[in-house]
Amino acid sequence: MANKVLVQKAFKVIGTRPIRHDGTDKVTGRAIYGGDVRFPGMLHGKVLRSPYAHARIRSIDTSAAEAMPGVRAVVTSRDLAQGEDKIEDLGEGAVNLKYLVDNILASDKALYKGHAIAAVAAIDPHTAEEALRLIKVDFEELPAVVNVREAMKDGAPILLEKLRTSAMGKMGDKPTNIATHLQFVKGDVEKGFKEADIIVEREFETATVHQGYIEPQNATAMWNTDGQLTVWCSTQGAFVVRDQLAKVLAHPLFKIKVVPTEIGGGFGGKIPVYLEPLAALLSRKTGKPVKLIMGRADVFEGTGPTPASFMRVKVGVTTAGKIVAVQGEVDFEAGAYPGSAVGPGIMCMFAPYDVENGKLDGYDVVVNKPKSTAYRAPGAPQAAFAAETVMDELAEKLGVDPIEFRLKNAAKEGTRRVDGPVFPVVGYVECLEAAQESDHWKTPLTGANRGRGVATGFWFNVGLQSSCNITVNQDGTVNLIEGSTDIGGTRTSLAMQAAEVLGLSAEDVKPSVVDTDSVGYNNVTGGSRTTFASGWAAYEAAQDVLRQMRERAALIWEANPDDVTYENGSFSVKGDSKNQLTFRELSAKLNQTGGPISASASVDPKGAGGAFAVHIVDLEVDPETGKVKILRYTAVQDAGKAIHPSYVEGQMQGGAVQGIGWALNEEYFMTARGAMANSTFLDYRMPTSLDLPMIDTIIVEVANPGHPFGVRGVGEVPIVPPQAAVANAIYRATGMRMTRLPMTPGAILHAKGVI
Amino acid sequence: MPTRVHVTTRINGEDYEFLCEPRQSLSEVLRETLGLTGTKEGCLDGNCGACTLILDGRIVDSCLVLGVEAQGREITTIEGLAGPQELHPLQQAFLENAALQCGICTPGFIMSAKGLLEKEPHPTEERIRWWLAGNLCRCTGYDKIIRAVMDAAQKI
Amino acid sequence: MKNFDYKAPTSLGEAIGLLREKGERARVMAGGTDLIVQLRAGRFDLDLVVDSKRIPELSQLSFDATRGLTIGAAVPCHRIYEDEVVAAHYPGLIDSATIIGGVQIQSRASIGGNLCNASPSGDSIPSLIAYQTTALITGPNGNREVPVEQFCTAPGRTVLQQGEMLVSLRLPAPKPHSGAFYLRFIPRYEMDIAIVGVGASVVLSDDLGTITEARVSLGAVAPTPLYVAEAGASVAGRPATEATIALAAQIAKDAARPISDMRGTIEQRKHLASVLTTRALRGAIARAKGEHVNAH
Repeated sequence: MANKVLVQKAFKVIGTRPIRHDGTDKVTGRAIYGGDVRFPGMLHGKVLRSPYAHARIRSIDTSAAEAMPGVRAVVTSRDLAQGEDKIEDLGEGAVNLKYLVDNILASDKALYKGHAIAAVAAIDPHTAEEALRLIKVDFEELPAVVNVREAMKDGAPILLEKLRTSAMGKMGDKPTNIATHLQFVKGDVEKGFKEADIIVEREFETATVHQGYIEPQNATAMWNTDGQLTVWCSTQGAFVVRDQLAKVLAHPLFKIKVVPTEIGGGFGGKIPVYLEPLAALLSRKTGKPVKLIMGRADVFEGTGPTPASFMRVKVGVTTAGKIVAVQGEVDFEAGAYPGSAVGPGIMCMFAPYDVENGKLDGYDVVVNKPKSTAYRAPGAPQAAFAAETVMDELAEKLGVDPIEFRLKNAAKEGTRRVDGPVFPVVGYVECLEAAQESDHWKTPLTGANRGRGVATGFWFNVGLQSSCNITVNQDGTVNLIEGSTDIGGTRTSLAMQAAEVLGLSAEDVKPSVVDTDSVGYNNVTGGSRTTFASGWAAYEAAQDVLRQMRERAALIWEANPDDVTYENGSFSVKGDSKNQLTFRELSAKLNQTGGPISASASVDPKGAGGAFAVHIVDLEVDPETGKVKILRYTAVQDAGKAIHPSYVEGQMQGGAVQGIGWALNEEYFMTARGAMANSTFLDYRMPTSLDLPMIDTIIVEVANPGHPFGVRGVGEVPIVPPQAAVANAIYRATGMRMTRLPMTPGAILHAKGVI
Repeated sequence: MPTRVHVTTRINGEDYEFLCEPRQSLSEVLRETLGLTGTKEGCLDGNCGACTLILDGRIVDSCLVLGVEAQGREITTIEGLAGPQELHPLQQAFLENAALQCGICTPGFIMSAKGLLEKEPHPTEERIRWWLAGNLCRCTGYDKIIRAVMDAAQKI
Repeated sequence: MKNFDYKAPTSLGEAIGLLREKGERARVMAGGTDLIVQLRAGRFDLDLVVDSKRIPELSQLSFDATRGLTIGAAVPCHRIYEDEVVAAHYPGLIDSATIIGGVQIQSRASIGGNLCNASPSGDSIPSLIAYQTTALITGPNGNREVPVEQFCTAPGRTVLQQGEMLVSLRLPAPKPHSGAFYLRFIPRYEMDIAIVGVGASVVLSDDLGTITEARVSLGAVAPTPLYVAEAGASVAGRPATEATIALAAQIAKDAARPISDMRGTIEQRKHLASVLTTRALRGAIARAKGEHVNAH
């Protein structure tokens, strides 16, 4: 079956599958990623990291390292302006500046194993690494806490002495690790549960998991003597890096240029800065370009994994199959500083359902682990694992097909979520129906020790700011300049949207991703926003190009611009069949008729469409070893309008596989002293090609009215359902409800009572 | 203590010579000394395959080969696949099948797949998955990569 | 990593001389897939790496119907599984050689190196033990032979003395109606370290109904790979049935003395020792009967 697109509206370019514009460079090895950047006289940097999960830093002596031959500079937190304890809007959401600065280089305490303490620049990376061994740090090891429930208890080691719980507008008065308590209430859950005929209440736990991008973080900086700072890095947001650098380095924004190189995966993990400020500081001290690249262990221990969690979910239904009350308590590990995605997590938890009564409580808790950051639909996968497992259990108790159960309670246009917003047009029902109609669902699963599971999920998707410039070339092609770093083919999806408006082929639009000096502000490539919001910018710029082209044609024909139309690739005057110019012909005349045409657009579109997904998985469990074999997988998702279906399929397949890894084998294995024991790709087990079958996809198109072509973001929701889908399938294969992630072979054997 | 070793070798059909310290891996030498940055580094311990190239006819993780071991050997990197104006069928198949998203793992996958198709021109899906298990991709879920290799196998 | 010197000797004598001179500051490198990782991780520093791949005796791969199979210590896994003779006579060894890492690792990693690395979970070692392999060592004091089950003395440590190196491994010629099988348990399907590994070999009577000899070896359940002599002894002379296999599996489980670590718990490993011994013996028996079975 492979891949299906349930096309609702056909376009000329949109919906086709051109070769991506950056493809040749990427398959020939010519594309320049952050680690490939090199300059004459460049120095290489390495970072010294805390070996302790929690320790006071009494002193740091860098003198021996500085004196080592080949070493050119060493920096510590002394070289960083101390951040103010205030919230800044940087990238997706608010960031406390003091915490951000402290995370870049620890000041008085190391708060996790891997916390950066110092950085060295030397003539080659090996010398830099050897120099780290010469830095003497006087640590006083402190008790560490690396479990969310432990961290919430009275008497737990306190990470941040000044932290007080912020709960519904009030600040607590005693030291705590609980940074925030959020709550959403709809209706009356107590009343709701009284009306329920069947109630299921379960507790769940998920382990810390990393985004696992194959390319480690990197940054190269050149701090010139005139104060111009240029940084090359693999990032999801060059402008957001610029913002963070300006604040962290206390350096004027306009003197900083960030050049985004090609990026080898991000998934949310390459939004915060880690190495960029270090490279900048070392370059300032040495007057040379300085490059830093993280080793793989540093990536696991020194960047931003996604929160581990403890969750309690309670759902009540009537025997008629209607959900009458939902309740969720979710505790998220924020890592060393507050700011986990517990909010989005609880908001998405029951989003697929129309429920009258709901209560959601979320706790953001610090623990001695690296500061968490976004991982594709942050918070939602954890929440869905819990909620969708409970829904499956309820459907079974009701004796109802799990998809039918969801159809009966499905969120639609007009449904109000527990956290408040009302859904506009959404495609959840259509996704459920497409799943029911799928070849997968209609093919019975036979064989021993096998089970089929289904689960659903939601993600909001965002809009945020994007800018785009389009210039018209004399040969009828256009250049499209944009600032959204391209992680998965978005420069082509933008080019296709512009091409659709302009009546050109995708190949005649040349997109470029440029630096922060060369285009207007662009928010991050994240939040499933690029095809939507940067697409809007491309669309608007293209419309402006057409407007100007029509004016130019009007000039040539001495007509009223309002009477000039553009159809099927040709400009003409209404009612006049004689004068016609193709886009190409008109382009050739621009310089003689007033000069070149260019257009720009900056947008902040508000109509991002939420996306729903339904995943079906068949698997087999070896009863003697607990090992799971994925037999078949189908991902159904509402994309609104798939601009380039191959790359939408790619997002669905990639997200599903990350979810499968999260479900089965991925976790931070913590030692008793709070260190990650498995910080290599050997023991942090991401799926290999041999662990999977093909991932079939069905793209549903329920157009988002907030976008000219109906686009809904697609990148994130695919990681939301897999964990619960796999758990529900394991239940049917083994009779055991798994409530902890990952569901490793040992965990399955233990659940079955075999060990 | 030794400093640098003089190495002569053949890369992509051309003679190269360079100096390197014994502790430098082949991937490091290619990238830092010779400017051949098409070979990527993801883990430096042989678990991700991003640094895959062909050494004397066999695919290897170049992060686990010493630069000095290149002496007298024959190396093919991603830069050696395309002709002056045409892509290798594998490269073309990856583009046509949308088998890359961020592209960082792509050179390693193409080199591994090349190694396979040179030995077995018509591998099954299972065989391809087994052969490519030493290359990690985090973006694609492997589906389109496998299809690209099957597609290229038809065309080579 | 700290800098080191690199030499690629072309004779055993030259290699021994270098190792003797540098002692603990020098190590042999064949495929490098363990050594380079360990150096990079800072497990130890070296002054000298001795590349063994140019020494002829370490690159030999030869079979003789009387003497059996000789594998030079530096012979990479791929040469082993691409060899038709080895595949025909020692399929249990092929089981191991095809799962050490992925294809890229197998292009370089050697069985000899896997043995000398002396990991408790080394995938080649239980099958070498099942095949009753002898390790041929040379050093400043001459040559000696050690049964493979005695070669590893602790995690990362072997019987090799200062200046000594492993030259080759000798597997006896297979007896009629014999078969061997290696499998391991890993959470994924490739690229993992074995949680438990089992190598088993059997010799059957002419009517294929009775096990006349058997050897069972377990990996990753003790500080070194275990040769469980009692398991083999328990089935010798018994019919080749599930009931007999179950006997050996129980003994293997009892002999296993694993630890709990991030890869597995004691309970899981002991349980798997039993399950895998069962499956390994089934596979060995099937091969002894002339059936073609795959380990993975």
